Amino acid sequence: MASLVDKTVVGAAPGLRGLPFTLALIAIAAVIFAIGRWYNNSYAFFMAYVVAQYIVLGTAWNILGGYTGYVNFGVTAFFAIGAYSTVVLHKLVPALPLPVMIVVGAVLAGLVGIGTGYLTLRLRGVFFSIATLALAVVVQTLITNWDFVGGARGAYVLRPRVAPLIGGEYVQYLFLLMLGMCVIVLATARAIERSALGYGFAAIRDDEAAAEASGVPTLRLKLIATGLSGGFMGMAGAPLPFYVTYLDPASGFSLNYAVNAIAMPLIGGTGSWLGPVIGAVLVGGLQEYLRVTISSAVNVLVAGVLMVAFVILAPQGIVGLFQKRKR
Amino acid sequence: MTALLQVSGLSKRFGGFVALDGIDLEVQPGERLGLIGPNGSGKSTLVNCICGTLHNETGSVRFADEALDGLTAHQRTRRGLARSFQLPRPFASLSLAENVRIPILYSVNARAGGHLHGAAIDERCLELLGMVGLAAKARQMPRDLTQIEMRKLELARAMAADPKLLISDEAMAGLSHAEVDEIIALLIRLNEQGVTVIMIEHIMRAVMEFSQRLAVLVAGKKIADGPPKDIVRDPEVVKAYLGE
Repeated sequence: MASLVDKTVVGAAPGLRGLPFTLALIAIAAVIFAIGRWYNNSYAFFMAYVVAQYIVLGTAWNILGGYTGYVNFGVTAFFAIGAYSTVVLHKLVPALPLPVMIVVGAVLAGLVGIGTGYLTLRLRGVFFSIATLALAVVVQTLITNWDFVGGARGAYVLRPRVAPLIGGEYVQYLFLLMLGMCVIVLATARAIERSALGYGFAAIRDDEAAAEASGVPTLRLKLIATGLSGGFMGMAGAPLPFYVTYLDPASGFSLNYAVNAIAMPLIGGTGSWLGPVIGAVLVGGLQEYLRVTISSAVNVLVAGVLMVAFVILAPQGIVGLFQKRKR
Repeated sequence: MTALLQVSGLSKRFGGFVALDGIDLEVQPGERLGLIGPNGSGKSTLVNCICGTLHNETGSVRFADEALDGLTAHQRTRRGLARSFQLPRPFASLSLAENVRIPILYSVNARAGGHLHGAAIDERCLELLGMVGLAAKARQMPRDLTQIEMRKLELARAMAADPKLLISDEAMAGLSHAEVDEIIALLIRLNEQGVTVIMIEHIMRAVMEFSQRLAVLVAGKKIADGPPKDIVRDPEVVKAYLGE
């Protein structure tokens, strides 16, 4: 029988192994960055930063929402925790390198993720989602009333003129860091998909009682998912103060982040790491194009309409459409 | 010989309703026990308390010389206590092979010395599906299955955890005569391989054919326990089923 076992029959997915895949991601990121340096247009960097940020946010959301089946509406809470941890660190230790701030933001948001998970994961379905929405409101209220980080007035963060290490404009450095985060997040997401962890997440998504009966430690896995997802969202938010240079609660907790972070994986496809990437590039690119050509307010509408259309017409997203055709 | 499963003084209430009232039950290693009782008598609640899905207020469950009280459902599964669900609950987004893969990854591989890797897992998945006659459909999704195939997948998934005790919760409800025979044969085959089986069932023909011993639950109490032939003649049992 052993010789008859075809690997693809039983599930083990084909394709590159973990390390070569990560190296390929790094190579792609390097090529993208090299093209940017050659093109040397600061608007292009500002735009590409946003798309890369949404790749990270969308993938982070997908780890909990797509893989594990828990829909998180509180994206902005984790994102803003990352952003405001940078504001705090910048005030306390201005000389601290940005990558360190990013790590701190990720750890803080990850811990809040685990804490939230512990308190709310006994809630299922829509009740969990409402609780995460409440979390976003609570965190926003706390930040708005915290004078140290500027409260409702907002906080200014002066962006250095020149990028450290690589030279050139500072936004190039921000983009490079965000590209690095894309590599980390995508490599993690794909590793999860192919590991026992990914199967455990899928079992929880499909039927929690049956998962428990199969030996899956559902609570522990859900805490891993909320911790990773929240941590990655905080990581994506940490460089934000340097990007916008002025951060106030209204913009840090903007609905755009939450809508986009949910819409992009849904449009691209929640079943695979590639989905959020396709969604972020497509929707993020389209939004930026419309923002420049039509109006800056139209971008949320785009995400909303596309999300509704995809949920109704192609619930498996763009990746799902292609997989169906292949079968 | 010490019992494999030992339930003593187990009670469970839902608000003011007493679902189980001081249940004592022992199952010996290798035994085939039939658990019967009218609808609402507490059979599934008992299974849920034994498996850790529900928590009993009083009494205790011992399994393989270890108290299970306070352990979660997945910890009990890892200790060798598997169950199938009354209504099939497959992992709908996973293929059949992946469905049986989950207990291998999370129960078998969680035990000391039980590690399967790569091709060995794939092989075991096909072997389990082959045992219930579903190997040819390994790549298909649960939604493509018929009702009896769904029940078989449910049993295959329970067996994937490599249990010492299998609790089959009404695996035959709604199946045809021939299909019932098929499931009975399957359960007996598993038993011959050394798995202790508790069968919960309404279909008396199946229960009589399968069980070496019968336990009867009525309104949360165990009213009879013994050889099937005697049990069905027990006046208490007859009264519970047919009235006076």
